[in-house]
Amino acid sequence: MSDAAQPLPQVTATAAPRAVVSMWDIFLEFLIIGATSFGGVVPYLREALVTKRHWIDDKQFVEMLSISQSLPGLNATNMAILVGEKLRGITGSIAAILGICLPGGMLMYFVGMFYRQHGDHAWVTAALKGVAAAAVGLILSTVVQLSKKSLAGRVDFIFMALTVIAVNRLHQSSRARSSRSGLSPFCITGPDAGRKRAPPNEPDGPTCSRFRISVPAYSRRRNGGLPRNEDSDGGGT
Amino acid sequence: MAAFPEMKILTVEVHRWLTFPQLIHLYSVGQMAPGPNMMMIVSIGEWAGGFLGALITVIAFFGPTALLAFVVARMWKRLDKWRWRTSIQQGLAPVSIGLLLAGCFTMAKGAITGLETATIAVGTLLILLQYKINPALLVVGGAIVGILTFTPG
Repeated sequence: MSDAAQPLPQVTATAAPRAVVSMWDIFLEFLIIGATSFGGVVPYLREALVTKRHWIDDKQFVEMLSISQSLPGLNATNMAILVGEKLRGITGSIAAILGICLPGGMLMYFVGMFYRQHGDHAWVTAALKGVAAAAVGLILSTVVQLSKKSLAGRVDFIFMALTVIAVNRLHQSSRARSSRSGLSPFCITGPDAGRKRAPPNEPDGPTCSRFRISVPAYSRRRNGGLPRNEDSDGGGT
Repeated sequence: MAAFPEMKILTVEVHRWLTFPQLIHLYSVGQMAPGPNMMMIVSIGEWAGGFLGALITVIAFFGPTALLAFVVARMWKRLDKWRWRTSIQQGLAPVSIGLLLAGCFTMAKGAITGLETATIAVGTLLILLQYKINPALLVVGGAIVGILTFTPG
């Protein structure tokens, strides 16, 4: 697991460690949080950082959390960066974000592989239909809870509605590229990709046919495309 | 979730790495995984470009915001007395909630296909608003209800 830290730049000279917390301890603690925090990281972060390790106190935790929430990106990774920075500067940040991302990332790596191979089994499709519907409810509950906490007055709701309209109505991609063009998967999107060009009421394309799972063209491209080093797959992120 | 509409357009329509139902499935399964709740990007990266693709996806997805968070962490003490700080924070709240809701709509368009799925979604919403329960458990519950409801035969 320590291999993962090697390719990253090690900056040690500039900022002397502000505390006696070792980089390994930071990595390990965030690794544990990353591996156990089912259903949202915030309570696990507080438990580990404030209650167990005493690295920060409750007041600092709340302040860091509010910073994390007002920044773009995920709470979990923003918190890792902020706490890591406080404990040990840039190396602390890197150790923390690697630790918190590694378990879930490895899990989803293998889940993705499994899904590609078995995603068309009847019971998997059935389970995923239920999971997706539950996820919609989960996101809605987050929206409701956040609105209660941080939306005050009509103007806020108008801005929220405008954002929704802007994203869902006005924002559509230019016509999708041909999937058989043989372009590299890393090809860069054209400058007009985010603009609205396609007919406004075009459905979600030929692929969205009610949960019939069909492995798309990329798998063909994939086999003939990038050479894959199977040995490296087991090593984790 | 705020990134979901754009993610759908780029991965499904522009690059065609996967289908919309597949994206929804991976996202939903990702809600059950521990850690940051967008680690399903690893699956997309792996599908599109193998191990290297997964690695690049993670760096590209988290790199910019991580850098910003790092810079802010360094500057925050000085920004404490900056009058605009709270204004920016308050002004961004409706936009970020709107982005979340927009992502939810995008996903619902593919995930809510009938009365059964709508019931699961509303049920999950009501339970979460009423009780303090681990959301991952409800997602597992959704899978069980899904198997019981949609398995043919």
